[in-house]
Formats: sequence, C-alpha cells, structure tokens
Amino acid sequence: MSRYTSATAADREEMLAAIGVDSVAALFEQVPEELRLDRPLALPEGMSEAEVYERLAALAARNADAEEQVCFLGAGMYDHYVPAIVDAITQRSEFLTPYTPYQPEISQGGLQAMFEFQTAMSELTALPVSTAGLYEGPSSVASAGYLAIGATKKRRRFVVSRGVHPHSRETLATYSVGFGAEIEEVGLTDGLTDGAALAGAVDGETAAVFLQSPNFLGAVEDVEALAAAAKQNGALLVVAVDPMTLGVLKPPGEQGADIALGEGQPLGNRLDFGGPSFGFFCATEALIRRMPGRIAGETDDLDGRRGFVLALQTREQHIRREKATHNICTAQALNALAATIHLAWLGRQGYRELGELLLRRTAYARRRLTAVEGVEPLHEAPVAREFAVRLDAPVDAVLERCAERGIAAGYPLGREYPEFEDGLLVAITERRSREQIDALAEALGAAIQAERGALVGNSATKAPREAR
Amino acid sequence: MTAETPMQRERARTIFEKSKPGRRAAVLPGAEVPEPPLGELVPAHLLRSAPPRLPEVAEPEIVRHYNRLSRRNFDLDSGFYPLGSCTMKHNPRLNERVAALPGHARLHPAQEPKGAQGALELMWLLQESLAEICGLPHVSLQPSAGSHGELAGLLLTRAFHADRGEARTKVLAPDTAHGTNPATVTMAGYEVVKVETNERGGVEMDDLRDKLDEDVACLMLTNPNTLGLFDENIAEIAATIHAAGGTLYYDGANLNAVMGHSRPGDMGFDIVHVNLHKSFSQPHGGGGPGAGPIAVSERIEPFLPRPQVVRREGGNGSGPVFDLDRERPQSIGRLRGFQGNFGVFVRSYAYVLSLGTDGLAEASETAVLNANYLKARLAAGRAGKYLPVAFDRHCMHEFVLSGKPMKKELGIATLDLAKRLLDFGFHPPTVYFPLLVEEALMVEPTETETKESLDAFAEAIEQILAEAEQDPEKAKQAPYTTPVRRLDEVKATRKPVVRQPLD
Repeated sequence: MSRYTSATAADREEMLAAIGVDSVAALFEQVPEELRLDRPLALPEGMSEAEVYERLAALAARNADAEEQVCFLGAGMYDHYVPAIVDAITQRSEFLTPYTPYQPEISQGGLQAMFEFQTAMSELTALPVSTAGLYEGPSSVASAGYLAIGATKKRRRFVVSRGVHPHSRETLATYSVGFGAEIEEVGLTDGLTDGAALAGAVDGETAAVFLQSPNFLGAVEDVEALAAAAKQNGALLVVAVDPMTLGVLKPPGEQGADIALGEGQPLGNRLDFGGPSFGFFCATEALIRRMPGRIAGETDDLDGRRGFVLALQTREQHIRREKATHNICTAQALNALAATIHLAWLGRQGYRELGELLLRRTAYARRRLTAVEGVEPLHEAPVAREFAVRLDAPVDAVLERCAERGIAAGYPLGREYPEFEDGLLVAITERRSREQIDALAEALGAAIQAERGALVGNSATKAPREAR
Repeated sequence: MTAETPMQRERARTIFEKSKPGRRAAVLPGAEVPEPPLGELVPAHLLRSAPPRLPEVAEPEIVRHYNRLSRRNFDLDSGFYPLGSCTMKHNPRLNERVAALPGHARLHPAQEPKGAQGALELMWLLQESLAEICGLPHVSLQPSAGSHGELAGLLLTRAFHADRGEARTKVLAPDTAHGTNPATVTMAGYEVVKVETNERGGVEMDDLRDKLDEDVACLMLTNPNTLGLFDENIAEIAATIHAAGGTLYYDGANLNAVMGHSRPGDMGFDIVHVNLHKSFSQPHGGGGPGAGPIAVSERIEPFLPRPQVVRREGGNGSGPVFDLDRERPQSIGRLRGFQGNFGVFVRSYAYVLSLGTDGLAEASETAVLNANYLKARLAAGRAGKYLPVAFDRHCMHEFVLSGKPMKKELGIATLDLAKRLLDFGFHPPTVYFPLLVEEALMVEPTETETKESLDAFAEAIEQILAEAEQDPEKAKQAPYTTPVRRLDEVKATRKPVVRQPLD
C-alpha cells in the first residue's frame, strides 16, 4: 500500500463487489490490450520519507544559494528578505490546499485575499484595475500583447524597447508567432530608450508600445516623455515595472501607461531558481473586460452580507471557450497572497522606506564600485536598485574569482546583450549591507587586477607565436 | 434572514479597512550609507509624490486578519474535494519541507550552471521520469500550468508544420474538451473545429473523418476524456490524424487515471502536457502555482522551448555535468522567464521518488477503483433515479452524472444540489461541465480518499435527494451554514467593484 492511499485488501474486496467486477484489472479493460503497459515503469521503487528527504537535501547541497553566497544577482528576481509571517500564513492548509474558488460561499478567504491583492497592486501602479495575478513577468508582457491586438481592432504590430527584459522580449516574440504580430525593437542610448527612434517606429498600425522602468540595465526611464508616441498613434502603452521601486518612483498610472505589469517575485516570494512567483497586471478602467485571468469582485449574498466572487467570468476560458480573452486557468494565487501579506507587513511607511533604502544603497554601491580601478559605469542614467558597469577584464573570469570569495558579483550582460560583452549588472536589496558592498568592491578590484595580470602574461606568451 | 452562524455574523472587512495612521509591522535595517535627498539621486519629475495607500497595521493584527480569512476557506486538508478534472489528491508535507531547503528556495535563477548543479540535475531527473511515464522521449519543464503547456503544444505544432513548408489553419477538439483547449487554439492563431462525441462517449469517428483535411494542424484530446472514459478508438484516431499530416495533442489533466498502466506516447500522441498540480501532488494554492511540463516525440523535439536542461558526460572520469542549452536554433523560443516553476519541480520529484514505479501504478489503480465504487454506490441509491451516469459503463478516475431527471422531477438544479452539499461539509463536484451533458456533475474522488469518505459523500447525496422529495425549497435556498450564503454573481459582473475604495 502506498503511504498516501488507504484501501485495505478488505476494502478492495467490498468495493469490487459493489462495482460487480472481480479485480481492478477488469476496470482497465476499456484500455485496448495493446495499449496497456505490460511492464512496470522504468523508475526506482518507492522510498521512505527519510530517504526522499536525504536525496533531495543532497541535491540542494550542490547549489550555491543566497544563504552561502552574498548575492548581487538580479535581472528580474531579487534576494529580498521574506518576513516569517508570509511563510506561516501561506503554509496554512486553508490557503495551501484548496482549488481555484469556483464555490465562492466556501472560498471567501481566498477571494477576499485576491481582492486585497488587487487593491494593493492598483495602489502601487496607480491604475484602477488589477487581475488576481498571472504566471510571472515575461509571460504577462506577452499577454499584454494579446490584449492590445483585441483592444486596437486587430492591429498586429508591437514596438518594444531594448531596455525591456530580454526574457520578456523573447516571450513576446514566441507568442507573437501565434498572434501573427510583428515586433520592432528600439535601441538604447546611454542606458535609456532612444526617444527619437521610438517616435519614428510607432505608427498607425502599432497595437502597443512596450517599455520597462527601471529597464534591464537598471536605468529609470522617463516614461511620460516616451508615452507621446503611443498616445498620438492610438497604441496602448505597456510599462513593465519593478514592484519594489514604486514607493519612490512615479507610478506608471501617472505616466500615461494603459497597462502596468511585471514580475512579482520581489514581493514576498523566494527565489526558487526562478519560480513559482507571479505576474501582476494592472490597467485602465477601459480595459477591464479584456483583462486576462481571474479577477475577484465584491458583491452581496442573498441576506445582504458583503462577499466576494470571481467577477467578469464571461471573459474566461471555462465560459467563453474560443472567444475568451486568454487561455489562463491555474495561475499563481498562493504567490499573490504572499505578496499581499508582504505589502501589509511593509505597510504604507515601510514600503516607502524600503524604496528609499534601495535607492541610497544602490547609489552608494554604484559610486563605490565605479571608483575601483578597471570598473566604469556602463551608463550615467539614474538608477533605483540595480546598475550596470563595464569591467576592464573578461567578465566570466572575474565572476569566477568573486565566486571563490563567496560572492555572486552580478549578472553578466553579455549573456543577453552582445554589445555589452564587458557589462555586469549589479543588484541591491535591503539584505546587502554596506559591508557586503565594500567587500564586493574589493573582490572586483582584486579579480580585475589578477585577470589583467593573467592577460598581460598571456599576451606575453602569445606575442612570439604571432610573430611566427 | 435565517439565524446567523458566528462566522456569518462577522462581516467581511479588508486589511485596508483595518488600517490606522501610525501603525506598522516592518522594521527595516538602517541605511548604513549617506542619505542624500532622493531628488539628488533621481530627477524629481520621476519620483512619486504621494506613497501608495497601503494598510497601516501591526504584525499581530496582520496575522489575525489572515488567519481569520483562512477559516473562511474550505480546503482539501479539511474534507472531501471531488472536483472533477482537478485531481484533488493529498499534498504531502514532505514536499513542502524539501522545497523550502535554502539550496532550493534561495537559489537565484541566474546562478551559473556550475553553481546550480543540484537544481539542474533535479530538473533533468524529473524530465526523465515524466518522459518514462508519458512514453515520449523528450520533456521541457518550462510551461507554468496546463494552459501554458497547451499553448506551447500548439506553437510547437505550428513550428513543426512551418518547417515542412506548411501553413495549416485549423485545430480539432471534441465537444467535451476543457475550455482551455479552444481558448488556446485562438491564442495560437488557429481556428477551432468541434468534433462530436459518439454514443459510447468517445470521438465520433465519422465526424472526425469529415472534418479532417489538409488544413488541420492538430487534434487536441484528453484521454481518458472529460467523461472519465478511455477512448477505445485512440489507435485509429492517431493513425487517422497522422495520415492527414496533423499532430495529436494530449491534454494531461486526466493522466492520473493511467500512470504506469498506459502511456500517451504509446497511444500515438506527439505532444503531452502534464499538470504537476494534479497528478504530481503540487498543492493547488487556491488557484496556483502549478506547472505544465510537456513531453514530445522525436519529430517535435527540435522545436522545444529554450533553454533546455541537458546532461553532458564529464571528461577525465569525472561525473556528468548538467547545463542549460540556450542555442537550439529551431526552438519556438521562450514561454516565460528563467527556467520554469522550479519549486513545483522539487515537490513533484519528491512525489515521484516517494511513490516510485509501484506506487504510481497503485495510485492510478486506486483512483480508478474509488471512482467506480462511488459511481456504483450512488447508482444504488436515489441518485440512480435522479442523477444517472451520463455514459453508463466502467469509468476511469472520474465520472459524469446528469441532473436532468432531478431538475425535472424534483425541481432542483445541479447548482442547488452543489450548494446544499456545502451544508453537509463537502466540496461539490465540478458542475455544468462537460457541456454536452445536461445539468452535469463531474466527480473525481482521487486515490487518497478512504472508502469511508466515499460512503459519507454518497450518503449526503442520498439525504439531499430525499430531502428534496419532501421540500425542494431547502436546496434552492442553500447553503445556510457557510460564511456567506449564495452570492450575487451577476451583480459582480454587471457593476464590477474590483478593489477597495480608499479615501
């Protein structure tokens, strides 16, 4: 008997008798014989709980996590502190184990939590409508593209800043093959979206303009100034934002965005090697009936009590089928709950203070690092929680040397931007102390010096070979 | 108004309504660095003027607020949850424990493969396990849920046809399909064509042949289908669609019926999605997170999403090395950021290890046994008269009842029955799906329920039907004991209020 089933031999006999068959095998006879697997699956036998734990713990031990390394990696996901109450509440069975709230009378807890989440995200972005959460950041960007096609009477052209996260741009491209949409990319100048190029790229066939702020290089874009091109051409303005910066940076709803969205991981969700997290998706009132995914709404019960239900379900796949605004079903409710709790914990004051702390420590780190010999700023644009530098030594080798000192120094930009082969993206959270930032500066300096020495050595040995 | 229960007396108030200026929970670290005015760091016109109006509440009240909210939820750990097509099986707590290990939970997704060997190996091992269970050689773990896997499947189909110089326009799906299937078809830029169901509950072969032409890119099927029935003609269906040049897609929502007993790959499917939050015990979380890995045949493999986890043999006698293959020139590209819902992979791999080859087969066996027993148990009582089985033969892991006679003879609809079940402490089955069964009630007990639970559920249905014979109004006004009573869903859609108004 597997440990998660309960049917004893006696149970089985009774149950089979009630069904009127001799064996469970008889029930599988509806599977044509040639399609019945005539051997056990080639997988190991089941293991005890203790053995499974040991096996998984051994795998976990082979990862360099942010508990043992000082983590300056960002690029969309950040090593923020997740308050203990987030774990305590999200691990409660009543939140962990129900399905999507199809029976609202017994799902008021989850539905009210969604309503609170929507309120919080609407406040953060300064847009009136929020969904209850999508899968994660980049696929939310692609979902905005799908919405924009419908909202602009089937225009099929997107203009996308090169400052938008490369994973978002690639996901939008993947989905666009299905939508039948084309994408034009607009480049960056000194770290920021090239405004003139953007204005030139947007035309009357453009369904949506996609920006990100802070962009992938950490630079805070002047979204309001860039919005005009979209407005003049009747295209939707879609802005991806970092939800940890909106205590201090102007919210997209005040900058002309029709849709504000992004990766929700920094709010209450752990790194988890990339997921599960959630995507948030907020929009203007005009787009409410085109939104993707679940939306909780307030209503009354038949005695007049306040209650919550899934609203506007006529947009959704289980009702509208091929005419649905999106195909999404299971999304990330528990992750959105984690964000709601984290935001309540931070509160009105704490959320702003955290934003200020990030801005100031990031400014300090940028100044401290660019003072190091061999480190130059990659751009001079204002930054909020992440910044880009150029290294005067091979980035991968420098990263490896820093890793030996227990520091994950940052994200090598060359992985996604060939034009920044020497670029390093450094992220700051409230967990990165001044002492750690100073240690990073020192480690980078030492690594660059060592690599330069190695390079000098190499070129010295190379020279005679070239001479031959 | 009937007498209120204590929970009903407690009116819903959001965390925002509990806010009072000056209260707070978070204490943040000190700045430790110079603190210039923000305007010196970012130009003033890019700064926020007024902070977002988040609630101001101290930690004890936050905890109490969400604990109280949690008690207004019904959940799988509290009772029977036979929601058809959703596979509400037990969520082992071991899986939560191993997922929370810092080596998993605090691993940054951009960590170099060298520093993520354990994570990549785990992903590779899960890929291999799912490939064996599905009977298909290649797996991508990237899709975030079932519907995301479906989209991946249709984009793979498009890439496969494009590679052969074909641009097909239609996708077939039976009238019993999950709503995500047709919604995905539209998103992927295809036109959906419905295929009829025969009197045995399977695909109507003549209709399939009629609708099959050189424009058909794919047939999407669930097998066992949403009636809980295995389509006996599946081999012929596969041969027919393949002969017409289309691909065959398997919606894995019902994989829990056949693990270790029959494999989609052997049935002739080209692309399969697996709901890790169904068959592989990831908790549903009140609507996610899940994960929807896809398994594919050789001919689809070149188009799989990027990046793909690969295992390379180590040199000089060292062990294998795991890596992310980002090249893949024919790939459809990314479907999301980073590598997928890794935390879900950890839980599902722990589940596969716990059950093993024997346990997985036994899980499916017991799921099928439980469903057939409950079906028989219900048929022996009043349900046999008022709630007949829609296609009466042995089912697999779930079955569908029709409330048509109940509505006609007792005057109560399936919705009323469902709401009355809430008063008996049960989560109702899926209602009004699949669409081709009138007043449908779709029941999936799963393998982790005891015979006693199934008996108690059957007994509750019996009591409700007996009650309705005497007093149908009772069910029509139900529920009575839940935190709120029947809710006005029309109002919530006609005049949507989707956030807390704040001063």
